Amino acid sequence: MSKLFMFEKPLGMRDTLPQLYNRKKAVRDQLAGEIKNWGYQYMETPTLEYYETVGNASAILDQQLFKLLDRQGRTLVLRPDMTTPIARVASSKLANDIPLRLAYEANVYRTQQDEGGRPSEFEQVGIELIGDGTITSDAEVISLMISALKKAGLQSFKVAIGHVGYINSLFLEIVGNEERANILRRYLYEKNYVGYRNHVQNLGLSSIDRDRLLNLLELRGDKTKIVDAIDLAESEEGKKAGRQLRDLWKLLEVYGVTNEIKIDFNLVSHMSYYSSILFEVYAENVGSQIGNGGRYNELLEKFNQNTPATGFGIQLNRLLEALNAPEEEEKIDCILYSTERLAEAFALAEEKRKAQEKVVIQNIAGVQDVDSFTQKFDDVTYLIGKARGENK
Amino acid sequence: MSSPLTIAMPKGRIFEEAADLLRTAGFALPAEFDDSRKLIVDVEAENMRFILAKPMDVTTYVEYGVADLGIAGKDVMLEEERDVYELLDLKISKCHLAVAGLPNAIRDEVAPKVATKYPNVASSYFREQGEQVEIIRLNGSIELAPIVGLADRIVDIVSTGQTLKENGLVELEHIEDITSRLIVNPVSYRLKDERIDEIITKLASVLEG
Repeated sequence: MSKLFMFEKPLGMRDTLPQLYNRKKAVRDQLAGEIKNWGYQYMETPTLEYYETVGNASAILDQQLFKLLDRQGRTLVLRPDMTTPIARVASSKLANDIPLRLAYEANVYRTQQDEGGRPSEFEQVGIELIGDGTITSDAEVISLMISALKKAGLQSFKVAIGHVGYINSLFLEIVGNEERANILRRYLYEKNYVGYRNHVQNLGLSSIDRDRLLNLLELRGDKTKIVDAIDLAESEEGKKAGRQLRDLWKLLEVYGVTNEIKIDFNLVSHMSYYSSILFEVYAENVGSQIGNGGRYNELLEKFNQNTPATGFGIQLNRLLEALNAPEEEEKIDCILYSTERLAEAFALAEEKRKAQEKVVIQNIAGVQDVDSFTQKFDDVTYLIGKARGENK
Repeated sequence: MSSPLTIAMPKGRIFEEAADLLRTAGFALPAEFDDSRKLIVDVEAENMRFILAKPMDVTTYVEYGVADLGIAGKDVMLEEERDVYELLDLKISKCHLAVAGLPNAIRDEVAPKVATKYPNVASSYFREQGEQVEIIRLNGSIELAPIVGLADRIVDIVSTGQTLKENGLVELEHIEDITSRLIVNPVSYRLKDERIDEIITKLASVLEG
């Protein structure tokens, strides 16, 4: 391995310089404003968790976890997502307060195997609604997400909603066992529709069943596809899943957010803990989803708590990319003084600061190049030399 | 008018067949398209923009979303494992991935070596066969490797088998059939779905017809 240069950072780690920091904070605050208005309460969890607990329960692949050892030799992970730690807290400490409405803004960590362009540490803003198993809570989570994104200024985006339970029961009723259903699910997960179609053709099914599996790929679009999906399913399970989406759509109409919704019954997430309704958010000018979410009733079982839950997470860096807002220069004034006039400079600065203005006071003796230093400030006041007052 | 749909096309061998297919499907591509040395060709009549990329890079452009659609060989997709939708088998540029080597060559039993342009494909293929091999990555003229003694075997795409034959190599194992695929960026698939569906319908009708 070559020797590191002093400016290098680990793969996927990024600095946030002041301008970006300000933009990030502004967007984060806009999201938080809406999330708080819906009565969700913010919380924090530790950056490090046990591999055996949170690491294992998380849906993030093992090879994507950052692992380290504590002094006792136990394996720790840098939290790869926030849903799992919150599930841990909710099952152990807050189990009696359900339904719970929790929110978070935190950095999560996933190692990147591939080339550049993908961060290993990124901030997620999200919510979890724990303890309400009704479809109304799915509708609330999706509506809040859409509302928060709009508040943050995002204009052109779509939320694709699917139902893992529907896919599972359709596959099971046609191909008969989990193992064969898994193969089909894997093709959908890999977005490999060519492979899916070829595989279905070679399964030796009746032409009716074959066409049903192929028709699944067409179940993508507006609410009419929900009706098609209910017709396509034969089992009660499948029809029930379809009806859940139909009910969800009606609720989303009440919330007035259906313009942003696309139905997609082929949606399969890498998050293996999603058990029924799941969704992904896409925005213009960003090549990957900017957020996702869904119902994860089984995750809390891993923490010995049988509680339904749903939530969403937005990847803040991708949302920023989608917003594409110009970087805002902060308005900061400067008072440049010579040592003997410090008291005067400080008094003036305090006055301005009381009026919520941002002021730097800088001793001119500490500046090498006055021209380039003063350039970055909005307004400069010179308090230099003896008692001759201001000369701007 | 909406922003143009960007399509990443593979330069070289596949390009002509891909362009023909698009024309047959009813897209008005300009005549000078084929021998253009430009990297970007705008076709305003169709509100489309074509990026002319190295075949190995098409999946990258599409995954990152700088191209909405792309035409990529399945060999590249297997090697690169990009997060893109594979929507249509275009059934052009047919070939297959194969293991080849010198006939009756003695294999290095301790550390069998395989030279290839497709290290991921080769590695997962041999692991599935229960064989541990060492992969040597080359960028072209893979057939050289067994002849000069760099590796016992190679993994490469074979279309007619002529190149292998001319270099005294034989095909040992057939790995997978390869054709070109229409691939789509996951975000474009949601946000530009109407235009993309229209292209798919047109192409599908040519492929089935």
